[in-house]
Amino acid sequence: MNLSEKQIERYSRHIILPEVGGKGQEKLLAGRILIVGAGGLGSPSALYLAAAGVGTIGIIDGDLVDLSNLQRQIAHSNADLGKSKAISSAEAMQAINEDVNVRIYQERLTAENALTVINDYDFIIDGTDNFSSKFLISDACHFAGKAYSHAGILRFEGQTITVKPGETTCYRCIFGAPPPAGAAPSCSQAGVLGVLAGVIGTIQATEAIKYILGIGDLLTNRLLVYNALKMSFRLLEVRRNANCPLCGTNPSVTELIEGEQAVCDLNCDCTKTR
Amino acid sequence: MKLEINGLSIETPANTTVSQLLSIQKVKMPDMVSVEINESILDRKTFGTTILKEGDKVEFLYFMGGGK
Ligand SMILES: [Zn+2]
Repeated sequence: MNLSEKQIERYSRHIILPEVGGKGQEKLLAGRILIVGAGGLGSPSALYLAAAGVGTIGIIDGDLVDLSNLQRQIAHSNADLGKSKAISSAEAMQAINEDVNVRIYQERLTAENALTVINDYDFIIDGTDNFSSKFLISDACHFAGKAYSHAGILRFEGQTITVKPGETTCYRCIFGAPPPAGAAPSCSQAGVLGVLAGVIGTIQATEAIKYILGIGDLLTNRLLVYNALKMSFRLLEVRRNANCPLCGTNPSVTELIEGEQAVCDLNCDCTKTR
Repeated sequence: MKLEINGLSIETPANTTVSQLLSIQKVKMPDMVSVEINESILDRKTFGTTILKEGDKVEFLYFMGGGK
């Protein structure tokens, strides 16, 4: 692939970086990234990856844009209310950069479609808002051998880790299985500071870009925990777990299952005492 | 004995188990916590039987399901 004059100008701030250069920019243009969920985490990822010139970006989401989304889901605007989130975010990406081939999936990622969808991409970004999807992404990426960025946010806190299946600590190494239904609060019930999604989502996009470029150290074997109130970033070393139900020595998860969706008990307050 | 919990130093009675520590630390929903001791994740079935040692570095890792 040869960069055009316009591309050389558009990506000049990348190309001037010795770690990226023209070669790296070509890698990005040939790169394929899937974003699962066009919401709080997925929005900043989508916009920055489009701006960066990632050549193929898949966006999968079955929801429609709702007024309460606009507090943080910055790929969508007032004019998009009621529109498919996948389409709305695709339009936002396309408006930034016509170099990007956006592939739109107006559906939920399920145990049935996950492997087929994921297989077309180099790196997966988990921007979902429920444990069922997060575990599904972890398992599907494991079986497909695809690297992914996991993240979760709640109230004023967020956490993220990058996983290279079979090589580095995975989501199930840390959390095993979804928490019991009723124990888990969701953003709609517990609230979330909108900008938190931007901080964590852009870290996920950074990881995706580094992975495509093959530069730097990925956020592997380390869980990054961010607290916006304390403005603290803690990097926790987490080793692979031999008892991991997915990547351990005697795995119990051997096929894709759609876990029960954890439903929040409005009164739960599990992280208050942190 | 001295332990380090989520980066902070605290004092607990000797022979404290992980379950006791969760309750000492007023963690209301232990189901929502994964526990790491000295960088290794602990099997949650052993919270009640795992006895902490002086100087252990303990991390409570919370399930965080949000994203949209
Ligand atoms: Zn694992």
